[in-house]
Amino acid sequence: MSLPLPSSAAGPPPAVRSADPAAVSALQARIQGMQRDRWEAPGRPVSAGLAALLPGGVLRTGTVYTVDNSTSLIMALLGSAAVEGAWSAVVGLPDFGAEAATGFGIDLGRLVLVPDPGDQWLAVTAALVDVLPLVVVRPQRGVGDAEASRLGARLRQTGCTLIVAGAWAQNEASLRVTATRWEGLAAGHGYLSGRDLDVAVVGRNGSAPGGARGRPVRLHLPESSRDRADGTSGRDRSELPVGATSRHPVAG
Amino acid sequence: MTPVNRQRTIVLWCPDWPVLAARSATDIQSDAPLALIDRGLVFAASIQARARGVRRGLTLREAQFRCTDLLVLPYDPVLDRRAFDPVLDGIEALTPGVAVLRPGTCAIRARGPVRYYGGETEAATALLGYLHGAGLPQARAGIADGPFAAEQAARRGPASQSAPAAPTDPAQPEDRISILPAGGSAAFLAPLPVSTVADPALGTLLARLGVHTLGQFAALPAQDVRHRFGAAAAQAHARAAGREHDEIVPRTPTPVFDQFREFEPALDRIDQLAFALRGTAELFVRTLREHALVCTIVTILVGTEDGLLTERTWRHPRWFSATDLIDRVRWQLQGEGRADSGLAAAVVRVAFTPDRVDAVANHEDGLWGTGPDERIHHALTRVQGLVGHDGVVTAVIGGGRMLADRQRWVPWGDDGAADVRAAEAERPWAGSLGGLLPATVYRAPIPVTLVGSDGAVVGVDDRGRLSGQPAGFSSRTGQSLLGVSSWAGPWPVLERWWDSANLRAVHRLQLVDDTGNAWLLALGDNGWQAEARYD
Repeated sequence: MSLPLPSSAAGPPPAVRSADPAAVSALQARIQGMQRDRWEAPGRPVSAGLAALLPGGVLRTGTVYTVDNSTSLIMALLGSAAVEGAWSAVVGLPDFGAEAATGFGIDLGRLVLVPDPGDQWLAVTAALVDVLPLVVVRPQRGVGDAEASRLGARLRQTGCTLIVAGAWAQNEASLRVTATRWEGLAAGHGYLSGRDLDVAVVGRNGSAPGGARGRPVRLHLPESSRDRADGTSGRDRSELPVGATSRHPVAG
Repeated sequence: MTPVNRQRTIVLWCPDWPVLAARSATDIQSDAPLALIDRGLVFAASIQARARGVRRGLTLREAQFRCTDLLVLPYDPVLDRRAFDPVLDGIEALTPGVAVLRPGTCAIRARGPVRYYGGETEAATALLGYLHGAGLPQARAGIADGPFAAEQAARRGPASQSAPAAPTDPAQPEDRISILPAGGSAAFLAPLPVSTVADPALGTLLARLGVHTLGQFAALPAQDVRHRFGAAAAQAHARAAGREHDEIVPRTPTPVFDQFREFEPALDRIDQLAFALRGTAELFVRTLREHALVCTIVTILVGTEDGLLTERTWRHPRWFSATDLIDRVRWQLQGEGRADSGLAAAVVRVAFTPDRVDAVANHEDGLWGTGPDERIHHALTRVQGLVGHDGVVTAVIGGGRMLADRQRWVPWGDDGAADVRAAEAERPWAGSLGGLLPATVYRAPIPVTLVGSDGAVVGVDDRGRLSGQPAGFSSRTGQSLLGVSSWAGPWPVLERWWDSANLRAVHRLQLVDDTGNAWLLALGDNGWQAEARYD
């Protein structure tokens, strides 16, 4: 994986006398990194909360992620991974809430929507992944392995990240919201102000980023300003509205 | 013949031009009294109206009082100019170098036509003969040293004729030609009132100083007039003295960029049409290019076999290439249809008219950061070819209270008034949703069921209170009810209460069901509907 090698890589390895579990896992990761049998695509950095969800902590380029049942999670990924000036596209989501998207830091001027592509959705997606770095698509039907690998080859070539709202055969990770706890709303008063999502992540070979397979990862939306600032994406997020007190778009 | 006088000028004057122009644009009987109104005052009146006492400068009410069946139209300076253009084209066909003094009046340097037609009277007769054939029998001509004197001569008529407004016989154009001999302008102009040459302020001032005629004005020393009244007055003084130095600057005919193509036999397949139009579209772009221009807005007119004309104006984020033009024709014909759908009627004619052109220098490929990337634009254009022009959009947040009203879709390539909408969105829309915004906004609201603990549908009374605590919720009809874990509301939204046809009165409610889904519901005339969903 993309763990940085220790600075003493050239010298003799540190001696491990006792069975220190942290040291053992670090060494294992290092062995895995040396023995890896496939090319790892570079990734786009995302905010800290989202990094905990994704295998490797980044949104890899040239791969497919599936997000099953949450438009907000898609928007969070789009807004977090799009660096300044990057374009993105959303195909086949006629009910995409554009105002909420601005709350996730998505620049609407650089977001292209194809709400109703009909049965042309695959051709439209293929045309868009050629030029845009981030594309979201909701498949209108099941996609066979052949089509999926053709599109996958195209993705690897252009370095586009495809986020599929639904199922996809060959994906880097599939994200699924298993539970939501809402904040701010009570019986008859208050208003929705935020939420905790439990996201179940299944990686490519059944692995999960948390290590323990199948255990969901907790994510809070909207992400706090500290989390967003932790994200190493190049965008300055300090001026984005945070908190639910303003009427400016805050989305979650 | 005397040596050539460079100042000799022919002026052609069409009386009542604004009225003629307005008549040509509308279907008004030629004998109906007509007045054109500019800022509440009569700007021009037809002969019939003048015969009834309507004068320039009257208020509208006074004019209508004097002539009760007066037809009133607003004065349109653009129409004036536009209607004069074909007349000018015709004059230019006879003699080049026409300068427009104002719509309805043009000046021509006399030297060329006089030499060609063999005399000043002959030249003026030929020009008036053309105007008579073009439906302007009232037109008059004046020839003098300089355009001002020539125009005054045309307006006053030949010296022999006492009343300039006397009915003229089209068969005798000599009656409508007045020629001042070379050097005779000053004598002709001397008795005219000083207001013909000076602006109202200077005219009043001169009158108060005892200067009433152009002769008196011209008698003042030129140097003193310049020092006392300024450059404009000095120019007026030179005109009054018949020593005009204005050169006639011929107008440059505006190049015509319109291109059209007729099809015989008519084409009924889109691919045939696209192929046949290729050359026309390329010619259109190339002609503009030769003038260092590009077209950013184009109007496309398509005529079909059944006599239908469809016109649509298309914008382009950059500028139109030949392929773009053909795409626009296709979209215009197919509407929402896909690339392979047929045409409703065979096409007989397609015309391209540039609505806005821009210098090509403003649209050269720059460095980064100017407009959308070329590659992205090409890809999106290709996608538009697949799903239609309106199928590829960018979203703009505008004003409104309901979420679906606030987000508007602008087709790729149309520059919608984004700034206006952004300003709208900033205004306080009382009753719009605060706090968290939902990620899914239904374009067509989904009917839902919301019942209280007693099993009855929850309602809202006149005082805006819920009739019962929401206890059961279902987003699909016929599905078993889910429990309601928390909710808030109702929040009223009242729009256009003054307009019963477009009135909207709904009550909104936020709700979280016991599976963890959060909804924004609205109770309107159609019962409870899901406006949006937090997913």
